Amino acid sequence: MTTETQNKMIEMIIVRQADPESEPFEEKFSIPYRSNMNVISALMEIRRNPVNAAGEDTTPVAWDASCLEEVCGACSMIINGKPRQSCTALIDKLEQPIRLEPMNTFPIMRDLTVDRSRMFDSLKRVKAWVPIDGTYDLGPGPRMPEAKRQWAYELSKCMSCGVCLQACPNVNDKTEFIGPAALSQVRLFNAHPTGAMHKAERLQTIMDGDGGLAQCGNSQNCVESCPKEIPLTTSIAALNRETTLQSFKNFFGSDNTV
Amino acid sequence: MSSNREFLYRRLHSLLGVIPIGVFLIVHLTVNWFATRGPEAYNQATTFMEGLPFRYVMEAFIIFIPIILHAVYGLYIAFQARNNTSKYGYFRNWMFRLQRVTGVLVLIFITWHVWETRVAAAFGAEVNFQMMEDIVSNPVALIAYIIGITATTFHFANGLWSFGVTWGITITPKSQRISSFVSLAVFLALTFIGIRSILVFAGI
Repeated sequence: MTTETQNKMIEMIIVRQADPESEPFEEKFSIPYRSNMNVISALMEIRRNPVNAAGEDTTPVAWDASCLEEVCGACSMIINGKPRQSCTALIDKLEQPIRLEPMNTFPIMRDLTVDRSRMFDSLKRVKAWVPIDGTYDLGPGPRMPEAKRQWAYELSKCMSCGVCLQACPNVNDKTEFIGPAALSQVRLFNAHPTGAMHKAERLQTIMDGDGGLAQCGNSQNCVESCPKEIPLTTSIAALNRETTLQSFKNFFGSDNTV
Repeated sequence: MSSNREFLYRRLHSLLGVIPIGVFLIVHLTVNWFATRGPEAYNQATTFMEGLPFRYVMEAFIIFIPIILHAVYGLYIAFQARNNTSKYGYFRNWMFRLQRVTGVLVLIFITWHVWETRVAAAFGAEVNFQMMEDIVSNPVALIAYIIGITATTFHFANGLWSFGVTWGITITPKSQRISSFVSLAVFLALTFIGIRSILVFAGI
């Protein structure tokens, strides 16, 4: 290591709060630079030596992480103004001071840790799975064409990271909008040959009550922000068509709406 | 059925913006264009419109009730958003924000416009070339009209784009991109028609 890199420091500003109820505040950190660092390793450095930029002892910054390869979504936070995963946020590619904030669309637990339960509740609400449980063996399901599988794979990349909800102007404290992630999963599981058996039910779920599909305002921030480049707005527009047809079936059709 | 009101209201809101309000806007701007053919042609056109059979029923069901429903629910939608164009300055996010801003502007503009023309007419004033000439002889009123017309045509043209998405007509990014250009063309054409007509009353 050269003397230059030895003295190089990383400047960080982290928006912190002690618990869900307390007021947020900013704390500055100066962390010794090493090559190939990401935001996670910088945060680990703070955990190893919890001293802020002023040289005062402080509590280590709390954050969430798991896979460290951008497939779990746990380490999402706002980095220099944009929500993204901190594991793939490389220090060398970030402008300093690096500003870290929690994704405040979600309840903040402590520092950068947020509670993303609403995303998992949404998946349960729309039945984002293929129900095959029963009392007897149903045998193999229908085959899926390869081209369709490849298309569906793109939608299946969603890791419920919450970035799209953070970016959406209609997901906020004044609405109950379910957000783009779970909606796209409705499209994915409705496209599955076995999952399609529950298609009408899933569509009905996102048409019923408050905060469903209709609350999308087409700002399209979600598709711009998604780290997995999932065609979220295409999913939403496709569901708009499906629900248009479903509502016509419900109103003008017979009692057989499935 | 009572549980899926939001879906129904949102779809109704989207539909009303195009049919009948959007259609009415086009008819209104077309009639205004008669001003470019002189006061006589304009007065003839307004007299014809006023003399249409079932006038009050048509006014109520094609104009007033749809606009009130669209406006009230639109305000509710507009104030539900937490705009974030400063952080996410994407084109569509700006359109999202401008749609809400122009919606509020248009409501203020229409209220004033209806008060000065239709309400005045109900109290005995005659809606003709002279009336408009008097209104826009005030430069402030003229500027208000130009802003009001532009906000209205923007809100309609951009609303036409989101109508396509809301009803599932334009699904793919490509179709949405093309409909963006169509909506731009609609905006430019209607704004030209609207402003050209109002400038005639101002003698410009």
